[in-house]
Amino acid sequence: MSLKVENLTVYYQTLRGDVQALEDVSFEIADGEIMGLAGESGCGKTTLAHSLIYLSPPMKYVKGSVQLDGRNLPVERMQDMVSFRCNDISIIPQYAMNALNPIRKIGKMIEELVEAKKMDFEAIKPELLRRLDLVKLPREVLDMYPIELSGGMKQRMVMVISTILNPSLLIADEVTSALDVASQKAVAEMLVEFRDQDCTNSMIVVTHDISILYQIADSIMIMYAGQLAEKASTKTIINSPRHPYTKMLISSLPEIGVKYTDKRLEGIPGKPPLLLDPPIGCRFRERCPLAFDKCEEVPPFIEIEENHFVACWKETEDLA
Amino acid sequence: MKRYFGRKLLIYLLTFFLAVTIDWMIPRFMPGDPVSNMLTRTSVNSNAYEVMYDYYSHVFGLDVPVWQQYLNFWASLFRGDLGISTYLFPTPVTEVLLRAVPYDIALLVPAILVGWYAGNKFGAFAARSKWLDNTISPLGYILTATPYMWLGILLAWFLGIVVGIFPIAGAYSFSLAPSFSWKFIGSVLHHWFLPFVSLLLVEFGGWAIGMRNLIIYELEADYSKYLQSLGATNKLIRNYAFNNAVLPQITGLALKLGVIVAGALVTEVVFSYPGIGYLLLQAIQNQDYFLIQGCFLFIIIGVLLANFIIDILYIIVDPRTRRGMMGEAS
Repeated sequence: MSLKVENLTVYYQTLRGDVQALEDVSFEIADGEIMGLAGESGCGKTTLAHSLIYLSPPMKYVKGSVQLDGRNLPVERMQDMVSFRCNDISIIPQYAMNALNPIRKIGKMIEELVEAKKMDFEAIKPELLRRLDLVKLPREVLDMYPIELSGGMKQRMVMVISTILNPSLLIADEVTSALDVASQKAVAEMLVEFRDQDCTNSMIVVTHDISILYQIADSIMIMYAGQLAEKASTKTIINSPRHPYTKMLISSLPEIGVKYTDKRLEGIPGKPPLLLDPPIGCRFRERCPLAFDKCEEVPPFIEIEENHFVACWKETEDLA
Repeated sequence: MKRYFGRKLLIYLLTFFLAVTIDWMIPRFMPGDPVSNMLTRTSVNSNAYEVMYDYYSHVFGLDVPVWQQYLNFWASLFRGDLGISTYLFPTPVTEVLLRAVPYDIALLVPAILVGWYAGNKFGAFAARSKWLDNTISPLGYILTATPYMWLGILLAWFLGIVVGIFPIAGAYSFSLAPSFSWKFIGSVLHHWFLPFVSLLLVEFGGWAIGMRNLIIYELEADYSKYLQSLGATNKLIRNYAFNNAVLPQITGLALKLGVIVAGALVTEVVFSYPGIGYLLLQAIQNQDYFLIQGCFLFIIIGVLLANFIIDILYIIVDPRTRRGMMGEAS
């Protein structure tokens, strides 16, 4: 088991009170698994991703534990996490286009980063060059300033830097969002390649683009309003989802070969709740066509079939 | 590269021409004229007044039409002749200026450079520590908001009069004649200290505040956050932030150095320190066209030169300018 998260709860501190962005999240990621993390804007995907590696104010750790390869990750202690970052757990940030220091040559920056981590740059360099070939960047980029690279090149450069120390877990936060469709596909394939070449053991791909996950992810985890809704293999999530939110989410995706001129593509009526004062129980209750009395209690995230977890009373009532 | 500098040079020449023209015009907009001012000061009797007025007007070239005065001004400027001071008649303006410039340089260069260096280092340091930021930064705001002359007067009053350890006027003791003796040099340093400190304090405060804000901004930048999430040491992150934050500070320094000759006008007035600032005030009070022109010419040249140097320096310290320039050339 690569990653094991138990009851992780993280709030945002604001002047008006705590925003409950991540509530009692428990899940596991197997060795070599690429897990897609999807959900609409503001559902807590990025909060979850960041709290695993860089839990900084205004984020506030409330409870829960994180284990990586059997070792406890001290996510709540900023300084203790330093030695884990990049070495064991790494991130390709959402802002990859601006992630490089504008006044350092890229190679020099990597050298200084590696040496700041008390490692020998020369020992890592051959692998660095190999990785550049892997993402189809010319080796000369090491001698360039970030301004000389295109957005897509910077994105790939950051992918290389983030994985240079072969972390056990890589978090890719909205890596395809700012790219055109052709580059999206290329980047997505590179992520798989990185896993296959053991640049990282397992991976969390955060996105709101389910079609990308369909291409690369082994499993997909759906979040809604700070809670987990469903986690299963990609095939299961796409073909036979069990949680009403997942069902509605998947049915709102366009399908190839279907014309939408006559039939309007359906969305999900209503809006997600505000997390400053979220509803008790299942947070999807108000928009759920199947909601009943029991939904006023928080549904447990239960394995209903092998590797298929759902948090919905309709599915789990008999099991619970 | 060549094209870049060629274009820059053209812009500088054009700016120089315009600035010098304005410099020539400004004193002539003042009511009154230098010759009558000079004659009133020497209280010439009324019979001789008209004769002497015509004579001096001719000597200073003020008896020809304005457009010709302007052309004559440019002609003599190219010969390196700035005219003769009416206030310190018959000393040439060039000589008056050259006598004052060393005092300016000795006073302002150290004050600005030390203030810049210490202010930046300190500001960067304060940005990391909440405790320091809460105590010293307000002090910086007070220092930088303090008018030079007020701080100067306070220092002169306290250290010069109440405690009485520093002289409050002049560049050296009035009882000494300039010479290369220890006694004279000691006296110069003694007189130099108060104006230096009053300038240094204000400079220091300004740079420290600026640097503190820039560093905080840089530490919030995406590249800093990325390094943090990769577990880089705080030292590396701060170094990067400092290198980025210092760029605008360099521009600021250049502009400060450029106005060096005029910069400390009020300080020099408060301490009767015989630099160009003090000279400029005297020149304006006495309607000395030529001395005013000379002082402003120094400022113009100073600002343009400093800007030019900074253009070059930027190419060295900021790769983005360098690459941009090469792209333009190709």
